[in-house]
Parts: sequence; structure tokens; C-alpha cells
Amino acid sequence: MDDSFPSPPLARVDGPLPAWMATMDGDSWRHACAQYQSRGGRLAALWGTDARDCGAGLLVHALLAWNGRLLWLTTAAHPMPPHYPDISDIFPAAARPERALTDLLGIDCRPHDPRPWLRHNAWSAHEFPLRADFAGGTQGADTPYPFTPVGGEGVHEIAVGPIHAGTIEPGHFRFSVVGDEVLRLESRLGYAHKGAEKRLADLAPAEGIRLAGRICGDSTVAYALAYAMAIEALDGHAIPARAQGLRALLLERERIANHLGDLGALCGDAGLAFGQAQFGLLKERWLQTHHQMFGHRYLMDSITIGGVASDLGTPECRQMETELAGLEEEVHTLEDIISEHAGLQERFLDTGTVSAEQVLTHNGVGMAARAAGVLRDLRVEFPHAPYTRLNMENPLRTQGDVAARVALRFAEIHAAAGLLRDILAKLPQGPLQAPAPDKTQHTRAARALGGAEGWRGEVFVTVERYGGDGLHRVHIHDPSWQNWPLLELAATDGLVPDFPLINKSFNLAYSGHDL
Amino acid sequence: MTARTVALQCLQCILVTTAAPLLAGWVDQCRAWLGNRRGAGVLQPYRVLRKLLRKEAVVAHNASWIFRSAPYVRLAAMALAGSVVPLLAPLLPLAPAADAIALVGIFAFARMVSALAAMDIGTGFGSMGARREMLVGFLAEPALLMVLFTPAFISHSTSLPLIVRELTATRFLLYPSMAFAASAYVMVLLAENARLPVDNPNTHLELTMIDGALHLEYAGRDLALIEWAGAIKLATYMAIGIALFLPWGMSRTGSASGIAVASSLLAAKMATAGAALAAIETVLAKLRLFRVPEFLGTAFIVAVLGLLVHFLLGS
Repeated sequence: MDDSFPSPPLARVDGPLPAWMATMDGDSWRHACAQYQSRGGRLAALWGTDARDCGAGLLVHALLAWNGRLLWLTTAAHPMPPHYPDISDIFPAAARPERALTDLLGIDCRPHDPRPWLRHNAWSAHEFPLRADFAGGTQGADTPYPFTPVGGEGVHEIAVGPIHAGTIEPGHFRFSVVGDEVLRLESRLGYAHKGAEKRLADLAPAEGIRLAGRICGDSTVAYALAYAMAIEALDGHAIPARAQGLRALLLERERIANHLGDLGALCGDAGLAFGQAQFGLLKERWLQTHHQMFGHRYLMDSITIGGVASDLGTPECRQMETELAGLEEEVHTLEDIISEHAGLQERFLDTGTVSAEQVLTHNGVGMAARAAGVLRDLRVEFPHAPYTRLNMENPLRTQGDVAARVALRFAEIHAAAGLLRDILAKLPQGPLQAPAPDKTQHTRAARALGGAEGWRGEVFVTVERYGGDGLHRVHIHDPSWQNWPLLELAATDGLVPDFPLINKSFNLAYSGHDL
Repeated sequence: MTARTVALQCLQCILVTTAAPLLAGWVDQCRAWLGNRRGAGVLQPYRVLRKLLRKEAVVAHNASWIFRSAPYVRLAAMALAGSVVPLLAPLLPLAPAADAIALVGIFAFARMVSALAAMDIGTGFGSMGARREMLVGFLAEPALLMVLFTPAFISHSTSLPLIVRELTATRFLLYPSMAFAASAYVMVLLAENARLPVDNPNTHLELTMIDGALHLEYAGRDLALIEWAGAIKLATYMAIGIALFLPWGMSRTGSASGIAVASSLLAAKMATAGAALAAIETVLAKLRLFRVPEFLGTAFIVAVLGLLVHFLLGS
């Protein structure tokens, strides 16, 4: 593959990730997207910024991943009415972010799906919350939201949610079915939109990191880490090696906690209450260790701007190693039981399959992509500290069905355990917190990027500052943006009663997506 | 018909209706123990019923009399079925009603009322549940009839009390055909009572439910009646199983001592059957919906094999 950048001059983006940026006019922006796409690039995020008060206009940003690099391409929207070239024909994954861009900033790209995505009548179609002149929404009129109809004899629709029978987050799923066979699934999200990005732009970083860590509770470490990385890059902090190691450790512990919980839930959804109870027990013990060592069961506020909140002593490191050995043994036992349980395997195998081709087309990321044989892992694709000095295992599965995602979660528990051991063995001594940056020395950057491979996939946080001290824009990107469409494909041609199992095997974010 | 048998009949009606939730609680408790959990105790179903009975029943605006009356019809049908199955003594005033085929009819009637009620208010889940319930019923009922025919041929009667009398009158005999019938009966019992592997009674996932989806729109009192009816149905199915395959120990005369012995034996049999059900549910995962016909087809074939064995071996 051609290793040179195919288009315009790019400037290095501050931050530990290998990222470059460029600003260009609309046509070249679209052309650059097409060029990178044809060379194997993918869309990692798409968002917009209101920078009109400093003369830059309404900006549209695309974050592309290509050849081990991240490319942050920006174009200013044409004014009156604000619009930019549609790229959803190049990257299908752009379709929903484009609709969100219309909802939040009033920047349109035609032709595109005219239905709102994140807007649910909390504000009207003529108000745009992320614009600087937004004065608080007026309740919009209740507009119909037509789902794509499916014709044919005996086809009917099943509407599920946003309120569900269990205690889960809100999302609406519209199944077009014949009997119990799914012809098409369309989801509608945005019910959990709470204006997190708007609020983050007003908060000082010390407060902002607390909010960022609370947007998606099961990925608090990934969110807080990505946010911290972005702010630190913007302000020029140099993170000590010990803090980097501890951050990686927290991220892997979060991964294991979520995999344990979801494997239990998958057993429970398939009717094997025994498995659910066993994994529940393992997860509970794991969370109690979190509470004991870091002061919070889900590790909230354990990462701070410039470092980490708490240190690990030698006895705690020893305790963690013992705990890992015990956990791996028990997980091995459960793995044997699950892989030999005929009824469970019958439910898992060939259920909810996504092919590698679908993953590539829709720019799928994270665990779901790795279960279909596509290595998408921020720690590996974009090498950065501390992962460059650790031994990374990259488990992959190729089948792309529920069974593959279950097997991959088991493999990732073991890989994370191995990584945790490596981190503990190589944990350097030193301070936990970076010294306050010398603001006179460092030319303050206008933009920075942070990212972390959460348990679902890559979480990105971008911060932008155009003059002045405050932040203009904080954008948070959850991997679920790319993976919700994959889930819809996975459910298609399956059975309605298999959907909960497929859904749980992905377990995508609502709050992290809706922001 | 004597005063004693009338009293016994009343005792059985009360026993079946009031003790059925205890059996459901016992099954749940056994499942908890087998799953390394502490469990909520055997009285939990009563607490749930008390809670639900205190709540008002919220009904959809467009619900017709079918939807409103279905919980009562279902409870009444199950209470009737539970009262006519020989439990402690075979010959009771209501015994002539306890024809095995009529019993299958009572269950089918209750199922039909539930399915109509579920479709009545026109929600997606109701019709989905009704459709799946009819699929299960349509396959389970022939299998159940085939199961009942084997003991009926042995005792030359389709009346449950007469079957019990016939089976307990002779000295203890092992009928190979009955072993087939018993295996098929267990499979039918699992399907008819919405137990694993056909349905998961503990799930909150509305898309996977069969029985749950059927009753998803009921609340408060109405839901209490439905849950209660479900518990009675399970107890009745177990009682039928015991009457057909383990009838020994019932009081033939209805004397006080005989009833005491029969009661304690019945309690032991029910407890064992409940624990066995919990064990089955613990080791099995839920079947993919389209495997349910295979499961019930197997039950049917096994039941037919029982009949064939009866005719071939004459036993």
C-alpha cells in the first residue's frame, strides 16, 4: 500500500495518538474522504463545531483512520443555509452522524435522510443546541417518525421500546417480521440525549472529566481517559510513566468487569441461570476489589487531568496478581462448561452473524469487529504509550456470530489478564501526577485528540479552542455509532426471540451514543 | 355420595388452589439452590400475589370483555382442573368429570381464552405471544392425548379415578409402555407450563417470551389471578403425572388415617417432582423457538412408542 498521504499538507495533532489534521474546502474534503476510503481508510467520527464568533464559521470535521494514522479533516460549511457535501455514499457510517449534525448544529448535507436522529421534540427543528446563540429549546411539535416500510404478504411490524420490560436503557427497535423471522430491523435512538457536549464546553477540565466519566457508566475509564488525553495534549502536560501504566491497568480492569457481566447476562438470556449467577459472583468480587483499591466500584474519578487519583502499593500489586490467578482459573472452568453445553452452543452458533465484509463496509470497530476477523483496536492500530512497551495479545475470532463474540470475550479476559500482569511487572516508580504545564513555554494548541480502546471499542474525545481560555467544543465519539448499524444487520434474517441474545452479545451504548 | 367424600372434595379444592403457589415457590427455591443462590424462600409467590392483589388493575382503553374476563376464566378453569384430578382419594363427587380427554379440553379452553385476550387489545407482543402459545398448544395437546391413551388402554377407561383404581388395585407392576408415556409426559409438562427449555419463566426479555408475552398487558389484580392460575396449572399437571405414573398411596376408603398417609405421601411426591423440575431447568438452556416443534414432536413420537409397546407386549 502507498504509504504517503494522498492529499493535502497535514499538520501533526497534539497528543499521544499518531494524528494529523488539515482544513480544506468542501469539494476537496469530500475528495480526500473518497481517496482515503479507496485506499482502505475508514470513518472514525463525524461532528461539527460552531466557530462563528472567531470568524471560522460552522465547521464540519471527519476523523478518518488510515494506515495506522488518524486524519482529522475539517471543512467550513457553506453559509446560508449552512451545508456541506454528503459523504454517506462514501462511508455509510456517516449517515447517522450527518443527521445528528443537522439536529445539533443545523448544518445540512443534501441529499440525506430528512428524519431527525438525536432530536426528540425537546427543541424545535429551527433551534440548534450546539450553536453559541442557542437560547434553550422550546418544546417542538410531535412530528411523526416514519420507519422504512417493508412490503409483502404477511409482513407486519413489532415495535419494541423505548420502555422495556427489564431495567435497561431506552431505545426503540422496529422489527418488520413474517411470523418470527426478521426481515428488517431499524432502531431509533436519541432518547437519552441530555446535552452532555454542550455542558462539557462550559466546564473547566477538572469538572469536565467528572462529567465525561459519567456519560457512559460502564466505560467510565475509557471516557475519562480519552477526555484527559485530549485536555493534556491541549495544555501540554507530560504524563509520568507510572501514571500511564496505572491508566492502562484501570482500562483493562474495566474491560474484564464488563466482559464478566455480559457473559453472565448472555447465559441468563439463553435460560442458563447457573452461568448468570457464577459470572455475577465473579464480577461482584472484581468490583469489590475496585472499591477497595481505587475507592469506586466502577472506577469513576480514578483518572484525573495529568495523572491518576490513587496509587498501588506493593501489597496491592501482589493481591492483584493472586486475584488474577484465581479469576483465570474460574473463568477457564466456566468456559469449559459453556463450550460443552449443547443447548447453549445451539443458541449461540450461527446466530446474529456479521461478516467481515459488512464490518469493513460499515466501518465497524472494537470487539464486534474483532469477532468477525477484523482487527480494530486503538491500542494496536495506533501505537502509543504505554502499549508500545507492553506485550499485546490480539485475540481474533472470524465467525462473527454470537458464539464468536462469546469466545472473543473469553479470550479478551485472558488477554487483559496477561496485560495486567505485564503492566504490574513493568510498573515504573515515579510520580502519579504531571507537573503543572509551563504555559509560557508551550504554544497552546487549538485542537487536540484523545482516544482509548474501551471494552466496546475506540472512544475518541476531541477538544477545540479558537482563541481565549475556554473550550469551544468537546466532542465525544462512542464506538456504538458505527456498531448499531451492524447490530441491525446481525438481527436481519434471524428470529425475533434470538434478538435479545444478539443485542447482548454486542451490548452497545445508549447514553454514550445519545450524549 | 357421602358427607365424607363431599368434605374430601372441598378439602382438595382448597388444597389445590391455596397450596399451588407453595409448589411454585419450592421449584424457584430449588432452582436458586442449584444455581448457588440463596433464593427468596418458598413463600415468595404468596408475597407476590399479595402485592399484586393490592394493586389496581390497569386495563387498556380498547380492551373488550374478553380481555377483562380472561383472568377469571383462566383461574376458574385451572381450579376446576385441579379439583377433579385424583389427589388424595380416587373417588370423589366430581370424579365423573375427570375424564382425561375432557381435562385436555379444559386446558385447551383456557389457552384459547388467553390467546384471544392477548390479541384483543392489538399490541405487537400480545399477538406474538398468542401465536407462539398456539404453536406450542397445537403440538403439545396431541402429544398429551397420546400419553393419556397408554394408561387408558391399560385400565380400559379414560377416567382418571378409574385409571388410578386400576393401577393401584393390581400389585406393583412395571409397565414398559408407561415408562415411554412418562418420559413424553415430562416433555409435555415442560412445554405446557412455560418452563425451560421451551419458555423461560424468569425472563424479562419481552421478545423471547411465550407465556409472558401473552400476559404482558395485565397488571395488578388481573396479573395476580393469572400468576395464581399458572401455579395451579403446574400443580395440576404434576398431580396428573403422579396419578398416572406414581399413584400408590392414595386412600381407597377415604378414612382419616388413610387421608393422613396419602397427604404426606403426596407432599413428598410433589416436593420430589418440584426438585426434579428445578434440576431439569438448571441444566437446560432455552431452545431456539423453531426447535420447539422438534421437541414436542419427539414427545409425540415417544408417546406413540409407548402405545405401540403396550400393544406389542400387552403390558
